[in-house]
Amino acid sequence: MLPRSAIETREELAGGASVEEYVLSLLERIRREDPKINSFITICDGPAIEAAKALDRKRREGGKLGPLFGLAVAVKDNICTKGVRTTCGSRMLEGFVPPYDATVIRRLKGADAIVIGKTNMDEFAMGSSTENSYFGPTRNPLDPERVAGGSSGGSAAAVASAFAPLALGSDTGGSVRCPASFCSIVGLKPTYGTVSRYGLISYANSLEQIGPMASNIGDCELLFDVIRGYDPRDNTSLPQKRVEIGEGGLRIGVPKEFFMEGVQEAVEKCVRDFLDKMGSLVEVEEISLPSLAYALPTYYIIAMSEASSNLARYDGIRYGLRGEDGSDWNETYCNNRGMGFGQEVKRRIILGTYALSAGYRNRYYIRAQKIRTLIREDFERAFKEFDLIAGPTMPVLPFRIGEKLDPVEVYMCDIETVPANLAGIPAISVPCGMSQGLPVGLQLMAPPFGEELLFRAGRIVEELA
Amino acid sequence: MGERITLEDLERLCWLSRLRLSQEEKVAFLGQLNKILDYFERIDEVDVEGIPPTHHVIDLTNVLREDEVEEPQPDEVLELAPRRRGRYILAPRIL
Repeated sequence: MLPRSAIETREELAGGASVEEYVLSLLERIRREDPKINSFITICDGPAIEAAKALDRKRREGGKLGPLFGLAVAVKDNICTKGVRTTCGSRMLEGFVPPYDATVIRRLKGADAIVIGKTNMDEFAMGSSTENSYFGPTRNPLDPERVAGGSSGGSAAAVASAFAPLALGSDTGGSVRCPASFCSIVGLKPTYGTVSRYGLISYANSLEQIGPMASNIGDCELLFDVIRGYDPRDNTSLPQKRVEIGEGGLRIGVPKEFFMEGVQEAVEKCVRDFLDKMGSLVEVEEISLPSLAYALPTYYIIAMSEASSNLARYDGIRYGLRGEDGSDWNETYCNNRGMGFGQEVKRRIILGTYALSAGYRNRYYIRAQKIRTLIREDFERAFKEFDLIAGPTMPVLPFRIGEKLDPVEVYMCDIETVPANLAGIPAISVPCGMSQGLPVGLQLMAPPFGEELLFRAGRIVEELA
Repeated sequence: MGERITLEDLERLCWLSRLRLSQEEKVAFLGQLNKILDYFERIDEVDVEGIPPTHHVIDLTNVLREDEVEEPQPDEVLELAPRRRGRYILAPRIL
């Protein structure tokens, strides 16, 4: 099954094909197929059909048609959608219906896109398999016994199942790239500050970015161009810059640290063979970025610390789940939060609180931030010599649902993806082949604002794969 | 492989985090959290003498804006509270 690209579909819809029929056919497909996959938490039938009718009307009346005219977009359920419940994959937000749209949703609607549904995810984006969702795991459309990756597993599975040509995920330590790799689609984590986080439910604010997901590079770029841009509502939003791309050949550095720890032989072989193939078109050279060996614990200490602070706002009083009141405020908070949060979220809040507490702050949090500096500097040095850095997106092939139970073992899945978040640089996962019948993704990283470089190299990968 | 967090520590951290854990969760978490902290020990190998911390990849300064009122929606916000009476949110007892 090879669905048409978003670009082709947009042309057909703009050319006169009924948006309403297109949306109805997708909704029918979702109703039929998604019970086996569980990519959606909420399907937006009513609002999607209404939006489709309005777009058909707009075209009949000769209005100006947006760059995503009529296209359905699946949106991760940690992005606020006005009037549509937003769960973050958690029980804690029960009954929460955002009174406003996130900036990316405003931008989608402004580009004439249609939000078709809210996708499943690891609770509060904490996980790498979408098994931590209160709403049950998402299954991998390529092999339903296996995980779709996470935490944006629902978004990746929706694209891979052709429920929507485009999706939004969020990536704090690999949550767009991991499921993109596992579901054999394209997923981009943009440069930090490029896409507004206004309306994104925060997990680790210094690391996370909303990112586009699609079945090919062209569609991914189309969506990225709509969601990027400065937003005065996000204090960490940056004025947009573009890195000039020279006409010369690309030079790609491959850090040996990306093949050091916990990388399955099958993945290493697939990626190395592919890089050899690329070597005929671009310059590929092995390099060393020694600080990457410490990226994973550094990431988890910082992410958990930020999470313990960001998730302090959930009290069950103003919105969300409220249980039996205790004898005072504190006991009531403890009850609501104890009931509302799942186990991985609790573990991260507790460890983040520990890493920030008196006597441990220097040992964990501050030390991790210093190593973060070393990681940034290693990348800066590498980008003086190379246009791009490459390696596997995931150290392992998609694993079976329920196979990984130990938290540290699950964290190890993020070993290749967290460096880009720590450094704030853009990174993309592009399918580069299959091993044992399962997809392998190639990860490419660029200097800040180097997304065009990623797309250019990604097109080479698409042609070779 | 020491026990970095004891049951007493865990209970204190839960209080600081305003989280109630079940007895089963406490037992499971103790082992898991200590194992995670063992893994975190790895950062001790890095020489960070004289290295400044990166709090954020963007050099953040204050971002100011005009104090302009835009579409207030108090009712939609109030309606999100799970327990309320009229335009008041019902809260736990104080006295």
